[in-house]
Amino acid sequence: MGIVCPLGHDIATMWDNILNCRSGMSQTTIFDATTYPTKFCSEVKNFDFAKYTKNPELHQNGNRHSKFAIGAVAGACKQAKIEVESENPNDGVNRRRMGIYLGAGEGPVDSDIFFNAIIKGWDESTSTMDWNKWADFAYSKMQAQMELEQEPNMPAAHISIYTGARGPVRSCLTACAASTQAVGEAFKVLQSGQADVMIAGGAHSMIHPLGIMGFNRLTALSTRNDSPETASRPFTASRDGFVIGEGAAIVILETLESAKKRGVEILAEVIGYGSSSDAFRVTDMHEEARGAVTAIEAALKDANVSYKDIDYISTHGTSTSENDSIETLAIKTVFKEEAKNTPVSSIKSMMGHLIGAAGAAELISCVLAIRDNVLPPTINYNDPDPELDLDYVPNKPRKADINIAMKESFGFGGQNNVVIIKRYEN
Amino acid sequence: MTVAITGLGAATCLGLSYKDLWAGLCGGKCGISRITAFDPESFECQIAGQVPAFSIRDYVPKSIRKTTKLMSRDIEIAIIAANEAFKDSGLKTKAFDEQNITINPKRSAIILGANSISCDLLEIAPSIAKGAVDGKFDIRKWGTDSIETVTPLWLLKYLPNMLACHIGIIHDLQGPSNTITCAEAAGHLAICEAFHIILRGDADVALAGGGESKVNPIVHMRQALLKRATKEHNNNPEQACRPFDADAKGGVFGEAAGCVVLENLEIAKNRNAKIYASVAGIGQSCSINANYEFLEADGKGIQYAIESAIESAKIKPEQIDLIVPHGTGIYAEDVAEAAGIHKALGSIASQIPVFPTKSMVSNTGSAAGAVDVIAACCAINEGVIPAAKNCDNVNKNCKLNIVKEQIKKRINYALCTGYTYGGQTAAIILKNDNG
Repeated sequence: MGIVCPLGHDIATMWDNILNCRSGMSQTTIFDATTYPTKFCSEVKNFDFAKYTKNPELHQNGNRHSKFAIGAVAGACKQAKIEVESENPNDGVNRRRMGIYLGAGEGPVDSDIFFNAIIKGWDESTSTMDWNKWADFAYSKMQAQMELEQEPNMPAAHISIYTGARGPVRSCLTACAASTQAVGEAFKVLQSGQADVMIAGGAHSMIHPLGIMGFNRLTALSTRNDSPETASRPFTASRDGFVIGEGAAIVILETLESAKKRGVEILAEVIGYGSSSDAFRVTDMHEEARGAVTAIEAALKDANVSYKDIDYISTHGTSTSENDSIETLAIKTVFKEEAKNTPVSSIKSMMGHLIGAAGAAELISCVLAIRDNVLPPTINYNDPDPELDLDYVPNKPRKADINIAMKESFGFGGQNNVVIIKRYEN
Repeated sequence: MTVAITGLGAATCLGLSYKDLWAGLCGGKCGISRITAFDPESFECQIAGQVPAFSIRDYVPKSIRKTTKLMSRDIEIAIIAANEAFKDSGLKTKAFDEQNITINPKRSAIILGANSISCDLLEIAPSIAKGAVDGKFDIRKWGTDSIETVTPLWLLKYLPNMLACHIGIIHDLQGPSNTITCAEAAGHLAICEAFHIILRGDADVALAGGGESKVNPIVHMRQALLKRATKEHNNNPEQACRPFDADAKGGVFGEAAGCVVLENLEIAKNRNAKIYASVAGIGQSCSINANYEFLEADGKGIQYAIESAIESAKIKPEQIDLIVPHGTGIYAEDVAEAAGIHKALGSIASQIPVFPTKSMVSNTGSAAGAVDVIAACCAINEGVIPAAKNCDNVNKNCKLNIVKEQIKKRINYALCTGYTYGGQTAAIILKNDNG
C-alpha cells in the first residue's frame, strides 16, 4: 500500500495522524480562494516529488495528481517488493501479467490561460466569442505537453512508464466512487485470470478555480470558513457539506499464488465487490438508498458473507446532508438488527474528500484497522443528528476485533461501489 | 458462456443511426467537413467529423425532459446511440414501454468510454468576462462578482460519468455502471469490461460503448498543439484523413457515440434476438513511450493486446478475416500500429483485409472503439468489407492489405484494435455466430 494525502506522504504517517484525530484542513493555498464561498480545503503539503524518481524528465509535465500517484505507487511497490524504474526487474513479476486500474481524475485546467483566452475573445456588447482572438491567444500560450497532461488517462500513463506494467491497463472516473470501483474491477481482472498483479487505486485533485467553483455552485462544500479543522463533521446535525481534498492511494493486488511464490507479506484478502447504479436522478441519491443497498448486497453476496460478519464499515461519509442520511438508511436497510451494533466511521472528517482517490485511501484505512484491531474515528462528532443513530466511532479511535471490513463509495451521478476485505490467515 | 452482441446504435458524422454509419462506410462517404460549431478560421485544422443536427428532446422521455438542460454535447449524442442500440436489440426498457419492460433493471449494466468533457466556452464566457480587471482575469473579482452567475448545476454537465448517469436513468439500468476514461482506447476498453461483467455473471445485459465530442475549441487546439491533427486539406476535407496512406499527414478529430448491447448468447437465442456477432476474446496492454502522445515505434503495446486477445479467443491468426485498426492517419502511429499487428499475427498479417474507418468518420476519441466494433459487426453480419477511403498509395512501411475494393465473403473472425495517447491499448476479436 502507498499513499500521498493531506495526512501524510506514507502509510505510517497517515495512520498516526488518523489515530491521533488530526485534521488536514486549512486555508486554500493552491490558488487564491479568498473571495470564494469556500476558502479552505485539505491539501497535500510539502510533497517532494524528486525523491521518487531517477528519471524526473519523464514526469516533469505531470499534473499534481500524476505525481501524487507515482509517490503512492513507489510506497506500494516497495512494500510489495516490485521494482520500479528498472530495465530488467528481478522481482518475479512478469510485466505482461501486471496491470493497472486507476480511478483517476482529469488534470486541472491551466486556469490562467483558460480564463484569459475567454476574456480576450469575448465581446460583451454582442455576447459573442471572437474565435480568432481566442485562438490567437490560446496558440501563443498553451503548451502541448501541459494540455496532454489534463487528460484523465495520464496518471495511468505515468505509472506504466514508472513500473513497466504491460498487462491490462484501465482508468475510470465515476466521480467520488472511482477508486473503489478501480480496486473492485482490478480484483475481478485477477479473478478472471487476466493478470497476476494489479496496481490499483486512485489519484485526483480538484482543488483548482473551476473545480471549487463547480462544487460551490452545487452547494456541496462546507462554507465553515472560520473553522476549517472542524468543518468536516459527518453524521452530525450541523454538517454543511464536504471538505475537498486531494491525493493518491494505491494498493497492490496479487493472486495468492503469485504472492506466496514471491514471498511477499500479505496484508489482507479482497473477498467481495459490488457495483450498482441509482438510475434515479441526476442531482440526487435515491431517497430509499436503492442503489447503495444494491451495491452493498451485491458485495456481500460476492464475498459469500452475511451482514452479521462485517466488523467495520468505512463509510462514504462525506458530511453532506444528503449523503450521510441516505448512507445511514442504506446501512440500516441491509444490516437490520445489526445496524446499530456495527461500527461505522468516516475518515473524511480528518482527511477531507479525495474525490476520485477517496475510496482507495479509505480502503487502506480498512486494511490498517484489521491489522491493528482498531477502529479509526469520525472526529468533530459533537452534535449527533438525532435521525442518524448508528455507532459512528465518535471522536477517538477504539479497540475492536476486526476481521472483515467493508468500504463503500457513492458517486455524484449515482454510481455505487463496495469492496469487502478480510484478515488474511495462512 | 458466450457473450453476444444483439443491438447496435450510433450517432456519427455520417448520420444519427448505425445504419447511416454502415451505409456511409460502404458508399465511401466522408462525413468530415468544415467546422460549424465555432469559427475555425484561426485554427490550423479547420475540419472535423460533426454529428448532423438533432433535437435531444426527441430522444428523452417526456417525464424527465427537463434533464436535457443538464446535458453537454457528449451526453446528448451518447443518449441517441444508446436509444438506438436498445431499440435495435428488441429489448424493452423503461424508455420505450414502462408497462412491458423486458430487462431486469438490477441485472442491467452500463459501461461507457468517455473523456473529461470540455465545457461549453460560450456558456461560461459571460461569467468569466465579469471576472476581468483591465482586460485580465482577476481571481478575486471572479470570486466576488462572477461565481454566482454560473448556472448552479454547471459541474454536472461536465463530469464524464454523466453519460452513463443519464442513459441509466432513461433506460433504468441499475446494475454495474462504469465510465472508462482511457481517451481513444476507452470505447474498446469499455466493451472489454462489459464483456467480462456478463461473463462473470454480474449482469444479464450490458450497454457498452462510448461517446465524445472533440468539436470543442480547446480539445481541437490540444490535438493541433500535440501535432496529431493535419494542417492540410482544409479546403478538401474529404481527403484529409489518410490512414496507412503514404501521404498521411495527421488525424482529423470529431464527435460520435456508439453503443452495443451485450448479453448471454443462449438467452439471446431463446428470445430470437438478432445476433450480430459474439465476443470471442479481448486483450489489453499498454504502450510505453517517453513521448506520451504517440504510440511506441515498435507497436509492442498493440502487439501484446492482440496476442492476449488471440489467446483468449483460442484461435489462430489465420482465422482472422478482417482487421478494423485504430488507423488515425498520423504517419508514425500508422507505422507503429502496423508493426504491432505484424508482430502479433506473423506472416499472415500482410494478407488479412484491413478496413480503417477514420478517413470517413474522423477520430472520435472515446467513441472510436465503439464505432469500429459496430462497423465490424455490420461487416460480419452482411459478409461485406467496404473499400477503404484515402488509402490510394499504401504506406510501404505498413505492408498491410488495405481493402481497395469492396469484398464480399463470409467473415468468421474480425479483429478490432485500439490505442491512445497516454498508452492504453486494446484488442477485441468478434466471431460470426450465424450458421
